[in-house]
Amino acid sequence: MPSRDLVTLTRMQPGQTGRVVDIQGGFGLVNRLSVLGIMPGKRITKISSMIARGPVTIDVDRSQVAIGYGMANRILVQLD
Amino acid sequence: MGKSVLFSRLTGVRTTASNYPGTTISYTRGFLKVGEEKVEVIDVPGTYTLEPTCEAEEIALRMLKNGDIVINVVNATTLERSLYLTLQLLEQGIPMVIALNLWDDSKHRGIHIDVDKLRELLGVPVIPTVAVTGEGIKELVEAIPKASLPGNTIRSRDERWATVGSIIDQVQRIDHRHHTWLERLQDASVKPLTGGVIAVGVLISAFFVIRFIGESLIAYLLEPLFNTLWAPVVLWISNLMGGSGILHDIVVGKVVGGEVNFIESFGLLSSGLYVPFAMVLPYIVSFYLILGLLEDVGYLPRLAVLMDTIMHRLGLHGYAIIPTLLGLGCNVPAVLATRILESKRERFIASTLVSIAVPCAALQAMIFGLVGERGGQYVLIVYSTLFMAWVILGIVLHHAVKGFTPELLIEIPPYRMPPWEVVLQKLWMRINGFLAEAVPIMLGAIVVINLLYTLRVFDAIARFTAPVVTGLLGLPKEAVTSLIIGFLRKDVALGMLAPLGLSANQLVVGSVVLAMFFPCIATFVVLLKELGVLNLLKSAGIMVSAALITGGILNLIL
Repeated sequence: MPSRDLVTLTRMQPGQTGRVVDIQGGFGLVNRLSVLGIMPGKRITKISSMIARGPVTIDVDRSQVAIGYGMANRILVQLD
Repeated sequence: MGKSVLFSRLTGVRTTASNYPGTTISYTRGFLKVGEEKVEVIDVPGTYTLEPTCEAEEIALRMLKNGDIVINVVNATTLERSLYLTLQLLEQGIPMVIALNLWDDSKHRGIHIDVDKLRELLGVPVIPTVAVTGEGIKELVEAIPKASLPGNTIRSRDERWATVGSIIDQVQRIDHRHHTWLERLQDASVKPLTGGVIAVGVLISAFFVIRFIGESLIAYLLEPLFNTLWAPVVLWISNLMGGSGILHDIVVGKVVGGEVNFIESFGLLSSGLYVPFAMVLPYIVSFYLILGLLEDVGYLPRLAVLMDTIMHRLGLHGYAIIPTLLGLGCNVPAVLATRILESKRERFIASTLVSIAVPCAALQAMIFGLVGERGGQYVLIVYSTLFMAWVILGIVLHHAVKGFTPELLIEIPPYRMPPWEVVLQKLWMRINGFLAEAVPIMLGAIVVINLLYTLRVFDAIARFTAPVVTGLLGLPKEAVTSLIIGFLRKDVALGMLAPLGLSANQLVVGSVVLAMFFPCIATFVVLLKELGVLNLLKSAGIMVSAALITGGILNLIL
């Protein structure tokens, strides 16, 4: 897979859709994200990100989840 | 997600429910008749897993051990992520019934769930329900005796997700649908530009609607009622009691020139009724009506997203905006609501900031009533001072308190149009809470004030505190009485400033210091329970110093 299509959630543009490929974090983070539907293999659409390193809001399984910037930075997405 | 609504439907016990995760921060017990047997039902805070991330979730897990049966309320619109907890719960070996709630919502969203198949795969009864309308509740009650436990295989996390995935593949089918206007509005609410415009619009209109309703109730209903109907009765009782004396003053208050001044007389039948019912209650009604609407529509989590960056500067994350807004109603539920925050540090900062800089609706009503009388600009000074204190103290605490700020991670519920009866029922619960808990303390405060005046205790204290009250704050030395009574009720306390003949600027200083100085007794008690003695003392120390510094500065510049 061409690596240029692989971005962190924070660098994704609002409106873009992709598939989560990796969560670069420990057990706790992976656990907390997965119960909100965010885990490898999931299709997500980015809705928005707040200015000044604010939270990222995504659409996953037809519901919205807001994720702090630091966490969002550790979610790797393969763009469509 | 509807656990508390479902609980109310099952037991008839009323609970506060809203359209965002984390409304329930403690447990509530109620009873339900299943056949001939009376069973106890316990409503617990929601959680996504059995590994707690905050105090509220810990409470849920502790209560789990007391249950014989679990009613697992599953969100039908997000079945996949809900089933993870279902599997974890089944592994605990407690028989289960599943309420597949928000069933109507899932159908509207084009989500089709094969309930029979789900029942077969999980091996427990699954009942589709719509808690807000009561659909499926009868079937759920009938299913409780059939609660079952299909053998508890312990799985690893990955195995659980694999099982969830295979169940979803077999039971759920989704139709593709186009965005509705409500969904477009949802997206717009969390984008920086449109979201900001919406937030400002929502908050400003909330403010004006609250004022409009509150003021109209006072001007067209309660003031006329008190002045034309109640005043003659009070005067008649006053004559009956001889017009003066300690008992007369406690019951009726000071009567000057054959007239009762409802604000300044300080008797149980005058100020004791006028302050709670004609000054505070109208704003309690209007504030909680609007707050309840915002909660039930699902706006608050979106505000949390917008505010997150700012809140991080104060050592908190965006979700702390929810306890803060609750604090504008009453600081007690606000301090309790800090249980949705992850760390002790955040809870300390959030509780301290709320107790210092967030005036409750009762105090605000009095600020509008007394300070507003002198001109809107003075009310504005009070509010901007408190807001600045909130920001500055937040920044200071953020740097002074050890630890780091966890990040925001929240599920944002869809916008929903709440049924009116749900909104009004919640409003009624909150008004009832005010009447049952606040009014007795207000009446008690009036008695205490009269006794302390008669025993000349206030004079002694006033001489002693004069350097601070007069020297630093520029208030007459008698104003200390108000600060002392502020420990009981801040609304009554602000009322005590009325007869002192203060200038508008002095009234501003008095209001600000009173708001910040020390929490009222009800808040004090929950702070003690939630923070512990040591942190309460720290918090109280911060409050007193912040109040004196702010009051001193205001006195200098005004």
